[in-house]
Amino acid sequence: MFDWKWDFTIEILPRLILATFNTLMAAGVGYGIALIVGLIFALAQRTPIRIINWSVREAVEFIRSTPLVLQIFFVFYVGPQFDLRLSPWTAGMIAIGLHYASYLSEVYRAGLESVPQGQWEACRALNLSTRRTYFRIIIPQALPPALPGMGNYLVGIFKDTPMLSVIGVAELMHTANALGSESYRFLEPYTMVGIIFLAISLPTAFGLRTFETWVSKTLGMSKSKK
Amino acid sequence: MTYAEFLNEHGARLIDGSIITVQQTILAALLAIAIALVMGLMRLSSNYVVRSSATVYIEIFRGTSLLVQLYWIFFVLPLFGITLEKFTAGFIAVGMNLGAYGAEVVRGAIQSVPKGQYEAALALNMSPFSRMRRIIFPQALILMLPPWGNLFIELLKATALVSLISVTDLMFQAKQINGTTYLSIEAFGSALVIYYIMSRLVITPGMRWLERALSRHMSRA
Amino acid sequence: MNEYPTRLNDDAPMVRFSKVSKRYGELTVLDELDLDVSANEMVSIIGPSGSGKTTVLRLLMTLEDVSDGVIYVEGEPLTHMERDGQLVPANQAYLRRQRSKIGMCFQHFNLFPHMTALENCMEGPIQVLRLSKQEARERSLDLLDMVGLSDKRDQHPIRLSGGQQQRVAIARALAMRPKVMLLDEVTSALDPEVIGEVLNVIRKLNAEHNLTVLMVTHQMGFAKEISDRVCFVYNGKIAEAGPPSQIFDAPQNPRTKQFLSAVLQAN
Repeated sequence: MFDWKWDFTIEILPRLILATFNTLMAAGVGYGIALIVGLIFALAQRTPIRIINWSVREAVEFIRSTPLVLQIFFVFYVGPQFDLRLSPWTAGMIAIGLHYASYLSEVYRAGLESVPQGQWEACRALNLSTRRTYFRIIIPQALPPALPGMGNYLVGIFKDTPMLSVIGVAELMHTANALGSESYRFLEPYTMVGIIFLAISLPTAFGLRTFETWVSKTLGMSKSKK
Repeated sequence: MTYAEFLNEHGARLIDGSIITVQQTILAALLAIAIALVMGLMRLSSNYVVRSSATVYIEIFRGTSLLVQLYWIFFVLPLFGITLEKFTAGFIAVGMNLGAYGAEVVRGAIQSVPKGQYEAALALNMSPFSRMRRIIFPQALILMLPPWGNLFIELLKATALVSLISVTDLMFQAKQINGTTYLSIEAFGSALVIYYIMSRLVITPGMRWLERALSRHMSRA
Repeated sequence: MNEYPTRLNDDAPMVRFSKVSKRYGELTVLDELDLDVSANEMVSIIGPSGSGKTTVLRLLMTLEDVSDGVIYVEGEPLTHMERDGQLVPANQAYLRRQRSKIGMCFQHFNLFPHMTALENCMEGPIQVLRLSKQEARERSLDLLDMVGLSDKRDQHPIRLSGGQQQRVAIARALAMRPKVMLLDEVTSALDPEVIGEVLNVIRKLNAEHNLTVLMVTHQMGFAKEISDRVCFVYNGKIAEAGPPSQIFDAPQNPRTKQFLSAVLQAN
């Protein structure tokens, strides 16, 4: 079909698969950073200290309103201006981690806010400690509504890793570009990259949905019988 | 070099880039809306073939990266005899990608219109087309505006990727200025601020205004 | 805070509100309210909505802070502690110790949706009272039995009716063995046909559990039947208090008369 070369496809496959591991690692590390920093962002917006509250909210808004690819360039190139050299990997992980931390902080916030005020009051009435209140009562209830958002952003960060190629992180897109310019053939590398992304993101999305239903059923919060 | 001098020297390029970004955003948004409406309605069709072809479109465009789609459209499509100019390839890729997300918004909104509305329209013996056009869609429109507001911001941000196929948008200009001056904070920082202004001071208030105008219009009608 | 004693005498009532005020900005909800509740007494608080009656309970449960005045429970200040002979705002440890004397049931039950009826009852005893799982389980099963829900112990709240949920909530509060039990409009969110089952449980509670009960209610008939004393709250103060016979049959305060006749007409 359309001059598709199978032998070339097979030839480039090992390098693409190797690069897939880099892509997965970038997504995994970036998501790990985002999960933790996002929680810090979310909790910072719950403190009674006005200035922290306000500045974190504004920072989150700013990061969410501007393009990730520009943020990647910014982090990568601004360092050297102050004699601070970040490797492409470090700069990329900082940029993508912070970007998704902003998104996740909104997911956490919405999750926490979805727990009715009465639940906090009931914990107070039972004299539960703050830690117990969060871990035993509030978080288990905040989690199911937050899971779909968290899952979407896991898939989202994975699909955004190709942007890291612009500063030379050797993930899938970067490898496909290299393969293309070596051989002057773009059909197979780019198509294969597309297929690899589909092959990972579709099952992941499906798996996440199954996981969500399982969690809310396990916690007994859906009406269906166990 | 002060920031004022920087602006004096490079401000014109940032403005040129911003104009291209605005053009890309508007064209991509129009395409995304059209695709979203068609695909969203197709997803609700009772015909299996229609329904599943929309599903395939949506899953492919949501399941892969915009950058992959952009490169594919720009570098691979010519092999099939379809050569697009870079400007055209840029907004088509962005529009097709965001259109897939928009389709799910359209479908969701139509499905959240209460079933009683549909039944009442049926009881009045309205045709399927006018049921959708007169009764269901106007109510769905109000429901889908807030998520569209978010999608337009995502779309604006997504247009930054067209710089990678050398469309001379804001992102591209910032990169050029950075390349010649090494003033990274000024170049990329200014671009970040301009994008922020476009999202939060243009798109967000614009969509709010539209929501208010529409619900006023609907409650008067 | 000098005007308030750091501790009351041994013959102090179970609960004392001493000139307690609660303000939200400009709005004064409670205005120097005084109220004594003796041990084992059952007190109903009635009054028009917005009169501040629920606030009395919420302050006692420390869900909200008092703006002025001091609340004493068993002669000890509730949200203040003594330092150098003065009352200062209490620290967390002190608050938690005082709070253990008080239990509360809410209008909207506030059961934990991710736990079964039994787990809801066991949570506090295990986590706060440090009972063993076995002890907590036995105690909770006894209480679920008392409220007539033994067979529902493994159900999650979503599968229980409103009346059943409120009975679980009562069992959950009792499992903490509070000395004072607060009931905040526990029947207001219920369908008329299940109110009876909750009222029956409250009757038992009063008869069998030696509890001091403070209850806000709209069920005038029930308040009359069960209370030792009824307090009519109006404009952030107790306008009139006395045995039910006095309040319902021979009210002195014109506001009380007005309120009762309005309620009677509505019924």
